[in-house]
Amino acid sequence: MSAGASVTAMPAENRGWQRDLIGIAAILVAAIAGYFLFPNNLALLTRMIAIMLLVLSLDLVTGYCGVATLGHAALFGSGAYAAGIAAAHFGITEPLTMIAIGAVGGALAGLISGVVILRGHGLAQLVLSIAIIHLFHEAANKASEYTGGSDGLSGISPDPILGVFEFDLWGRTAYVFGIVLLLLVFILLRILVRSPFGMLCRGIRQDPVRVSAMGASVKLTLIKMYVISGLVAGVGGAFNAVSTQVVGLDSLSFTNSAEALVMLVLGGVGSLYGALIGTIAFVWIEDLVSAANPFHWLTIVGALLIAVVLFAPKGLYGTAATLVERYRRGGK
Amino acid sequence: MQTFFSIGVDALAYGMILFVISIGLSVTMGLMRVINLAHGAFAMIGGYIASYAARDLGLAYGLAIVIAVLGTIIIAVPLERFLYRRIYGAPELTQVLMTIGITFCVIGLANYVFGPTLKTIPLPTGLQGPVDIGFRTIAAHKLFAIGCGVVVALGLWYLIERTSFGVKLRASVDNTAMAAALGVRTKIVYAASFALAVGLAAFGGVIGAELLPVEPYYALRYMVTFLVVVSVGGAGSIPGALIACLLLGAIDTTGRYLVPEYGEFFFYLAVIAIVWVFPRGLMGRAK
Repeated sequence: MSAGASVTAMPAENRGWQRDLIGIAAILVAAIAGYFLFPNNLALLTRMIAIMLLVLSLDLVTGYCGVATLGHAALFGSGAYAAGIAAAHFGITEPLTMIAIGAVGGALAGLISGVVILRGHGLAQLVLSIAIIHLFHEAANKASEYTGGSDGLSGISPDPILGVFEFDLWGRTAYVFGIVLLLLVFILLRILVRSPFGMLCRGIRQDPVRVSAMGASVKLTLIKMYVISGLVAGVGGAFNAVSTQVVGLDSLSFTNSAEALVMLVLGGVGSLYGALIGTIAFVWIEDLVSAANPFHWLTIVGALLIAVVLFAPKGLYGTAATLVERYRRGGK
Repeated sequence: MQTFFSIGVDALAYGMILFVISIGLSVTMGLMRVINLAHGAFAMIGGYIASYAARDLGLAYGLAIVIAVLGTIIIAVPLERFLYRRIYGAPELTQVLMTIGITFCVIGLANYVFGPTLKTIPLPTGLQGPVDIGFRTIAAHKLFAIGCGVVVALGLWYLIERTSFGVKLRASVDNTAMAAALGVRTKIVYAASFALAVGLAAFGGVIGAELLPVEPYYALRYMVTFLVVVSVGGAGSIPGALIACLLLGAIDTTGRYLVPEYGEFFFYLAVIAIVWVFPRGLMGRAK
């Protein structure tokens, strides 16, 4: 993922858009296949979508800006609690409004954590990100009047979407709603990472000194990206609140943050497809292993992480993309 | 006054245990520039070994400490050789992932081998009761922990400032390539200081078992605290780590005594405030 990668990442404009169309089509096909292959497991797939939004949002700051953070669930959880509190305490149960409130909540949390985390570098940055997630966690635990504390926030009953599509017992509406949200976010993010702003962020990851020498403000750009990332994570959190109708303290946990990072690395840092693939792979393996042997779940995650770092540092998507590239060059 | 005094003693004991465990992390982080999230896992391994030796095999407390320290080092050295050596100089994200992977593995295995329950390390009779120091009584094991912290701090200071190993260590920290060119075998220095760090972690894990109870999630629960100490104190600085431990121990203990319902809220708030003001740590060196 050095200069060479970014050169091959943007060939002729239209070829890029073709690829995007193929990518969107692939997501749609996978979504439809999931709907018909696992009709009894839609809840798991819906949870996967919410986590995908979190991992996409983490990819924006870690993959595109190079900020290592172990506190990204703060953004996700804030979105979830914002939407949940709006529904449970203020009677705002219109799902689209809830999502919007969640996005605003996430963006606010993104602003706060961005300002705090970007103060340090290296170890200090990591420690600040960990402190942020614990601070949010303790605050949510303490404010139990609003958040329900460790019992979780319940009593969220969203209205039908647009007044037409009711949330059913099988989670079909929630699933379709999630897919639509995911596709929308994905397309917007594709546009974002290709925009001059997105390129500036990549530039900062590769060489912040040079970018600031060019006259761009590194910190301001990163904070902007953090707010955008917060929007995305907030949408994910709010969607989770809408689809599961509860918000638990675990959405603001360190484990949640660490797992999101594992998923991102498993799929491939610095690529939106990597974020999606990593989430699918991780949640799927988690479901398989914890059903078979819950004791060894952590051992396997750990071994998986070590293996990825040692043998596939670019993640599943990155490694596959490299192999395809090599195959193409060999073919020519 | 009574509360004030007990807060003071608890804070001092807690801070000293934090110091014994995290000073190794600080040294390795300053030396090898590795963000080692698995440091707490080594303290936990030490605690488990000591618990097994003292409770299940019925060995003496002192012997259990020695076995725990040696056993942890024996476990850790191959890890250094095969896993850590690959991530020296790697980007932070890689280091974080590798070491958090190791932590997860250790937690999973500890859970499998020893079960999810708390493990106690029986104290010898001499350390059990309270000790009368004239005007107040203090739990003997807290006094012991404070003493161990002082001994470790003095010993490390002597080792690093006064011995030839210390000279080589400081040379390698300052400029690895130049030290190697002058004939210091930096790889051996690295391995030795890694072993020292792990041994100290195990030692701290054993003597601190009364305050930081040994259970599988130990490695994850206190990982943050140890990292915070290093970050607040400044990587590689012994006085910095000592000040950070005493300060954070005082903040955490005071918070627990006076406003227990807020949990660790004030601890993390203080961490953010300190790191915000001193991004390189209290005694950190500029890059």
